[in-house]
Amino acid sequence: MTITEVPNVAGAIETLESHLHPQPSFDLADHPSPNGREEVWRFTPMRRIAPLLEERANEDREGDPAVAFTLNAPDGVEASTLNRGQAPRGTVLVPGDRPAALADLGCEDALYVRIPANTEVAEPIRLEIEGRDAGRRSNAVHVIVAEPNSKATIVYRHSGSTQQLENIEIDVRDGANLTFVSLQDWADDTLHAAEHTARVGRDATYRHVNVSFGGDVVRMHTNVYYDGPGGSAELFGLYFADAGQHIEHRLFVDHNAPHTKSNIDYRGALQGQDAHAVWIGDVVIRKVAEGIETYESNKNLVLSEGARADSVPNLEIETGEIAGAGHSSTTGRFDDEHLFYLTSRGIDPVEAKRLVVMGFFVDIIRRIGIPDVEERLVAEVERELAASVGAAK
Amino acid sequence: MSLVINDLHVDVLTEDGPKQILKGVNLTINPGEVHAIMGPNGSGKSTLAYAMAGHPKYQMTSGSVTLDGKELNELSVDERARAGLFLAMQYPVEVPGVSVSNFLRTAKTAIDGEAPKVRTWVKEVNQAMGALGLDSSFSGRSLNEGFSGGEKKRAEIVQLQLLNPKYAILDETDSGLDIDALRVVADGVNRYTGQGDRGVLLITHYTRILNYIKPDFVHVYVDGRVVTEGGPELAAKLEETGYDAYIAAARANA
Ligand SMILES: Nc1ncnc2c1ncn2[C@@H]1O[C@H](COP(=O)(O)OP(=O)(O)OP(=O)(O)O)[C@@H](O)[C@H]1O
Ligand SMILES: [Mg+2]
Repeated sequence: MTITEVPNVAGAIETLESHLHPQPSFDLADHPSPNGREEVWRFTPMRRIAPLLEERANEDREGDPAVAFTLNAPDGVEASTLNRGQAPRGTVLVPGDRPAALADLGCEDALYVRIPANTEVAEPIRLEIEGRDAGRRSNAVHVIVAEPNSKATIVYRHSGSTQQLENIEIDVRDGANLTFVSLQDWADDTLHAAEHTARVGRDATYRHVNVSFGGDVVRMHTNVYYDGPGGSAELFGLYFADAGQHIEHRLFVDHNAPHTKSNIDYRGALQGQDAHAVWIGDVVIRKVAEGIETYESNKNLVLSEGARADSVPNLEIETGEIAGAGHSSTTGRFDDEHLFYLTSRGIDPVEAKRLVVMGFFVDIIRRIGIPDVEERLVAEVERELAASVGAAK
Repeated sequence: MSLVINDLHVDVLTEDGPKQILKGVNLTINPGEVHAIMGPNGSGKSTLAYAMAGHPKYQMTSGSVTLDGKELNELSVDERARAGLFLAMQYPVEVPGVSVSNFLRTAKTAIDGEAPKVRTWVKEVNQAMGALGLDSSFSGRSLNEGFSGGEKKRAEIVQLQLLNPKYAILDETDSGLDIDALRVVADGVNRYTGQGDRGVLLITHYTRILNYIKPDFVHVYVDGRVVTEGGPELAAKLEETGYDAYIAAARANA
């Protein structure tokens, strides 16, 4: 595989007044409609995403919501709703861009999921999110609170056709352990803009796993900041961009507390004309954040001509007293030589490609460490690859 | 039943268009025979190997290669392998992300048309790797990635042993091996030929390996053609005289 390696820390952008994270605000007036030349929008296909920048209410109809939500919460988990302005809604997430501000504005009743203190929920909490109409808007706000020393796994599965704005605020309180998996398995015509923001408490453990396969345009922010020392965040991602698809992941970790850890690891495969993947990793290490450790990595595997991967790691360091910081970004190509080698051993070409992509993804999946989730994701990847690369024999 | 190369002409596809490399190669490898091919750098030995395996950069323009009667040119790369052809490459390709164990299982399944028995397979793999001096940690590593030159060559012979093709082309499998590794690799090849009905085309620059793997025939290859043939004694003679006389003769004929 041809690999181009971006140099380590030294090459990173080390500015503080970053243009990468505009001032968050609930006020729509603070988020004028972007024209596409802004740093944070310059990779996004503005014409295609235009409907998500308009102020629109939920386009539900009597007995026919724009998006159907099915929550499967095991015993011990509490689910209810929160109005605009009703705490804890708005505590962790303040909208960072126009779609996020619109999501909040357009959502009267946020879903509120509470995992009580000292509760360990063995079964994953599952939420099925099914779009029902590519022409209709859904504005979703979800508030998830993992109370102190609780432990749970949450799995979201997005499917179907819709125009969805989605804010998820996740409060991982002191000593809690939360794994959040978000699978984007949308139909080809879906538009999706999301902001997932987590606050990680003292000695808390947070894992966020993004799996983006479907959709016309998918643009996801994954943000993390800390609420005390000792917190750890792992942000994993897998994506597969097919012909014409735009999949954009923007990550922001704000090391605002000492002795915190973060690890970002995203891998994507691209195939087909105008398949476009964007990955922006941004880690800020504040002056107070002594003794932190961070690493961000993005790997792309380009399977055909005509596909494009943009990958930009940033590291903004305000203190010299850190335990470790680094980043890497590589783009490899599955080329004729790989194909020849594998097929010369009797493996048919489709299977060879599948083998390479599967190996590339499984590496990340195996790091999640929850067998049930791992198995499901392996199955999801196999299904996606059967559809996009060709069926397994 | 044999691997028959008949008046084979091959072009390599370059950026400036096709360039003729093989200019009429004739060679028949019967089951149970070991044929050594020797020749100077650039004479087209790897071209012959790649063309037979079906590498897309090499084009058979005339002549034919048949494997037990099957015309190879009509088969895709994977079909040739499933028909019983194996190429141990001069420069094995690194394939990141695909583990050795997963690759071997997939290849074995493809070649045999059914998945190997789970219980015996792992043992078989470990045994084959052990015999070639690769410890079991190689199973979990990405295929050829970060392998030393010698480890890559050993891994090719592990595959030869596990896939057990009817005919094997070994392209400079002995290059870059230390003296112990050379013996280990030769033992692997001898186990394979020891079955009695396998054909081998051994491409090499060194008579050293021919002390371990006894060829039945030696072919000398210059500028895309076989210029002389003989038994093992020919290799010994080449060691003394070199290729100069053959190169001069080839030039005179051209
Ligand atoms: N892409 C290319 N463009 C031009 N010439 C090429 C190209 N690929 C191969 N050749 C030429 O084809 C000829 C045969 O190469 P080949 O690799 O078959 O030689 P070889 O006999 O295996 O040599 P060695 O002993 O060094 O391995 C060489 O002269 C080589 O330069
Ligand atoms: Mg060669």
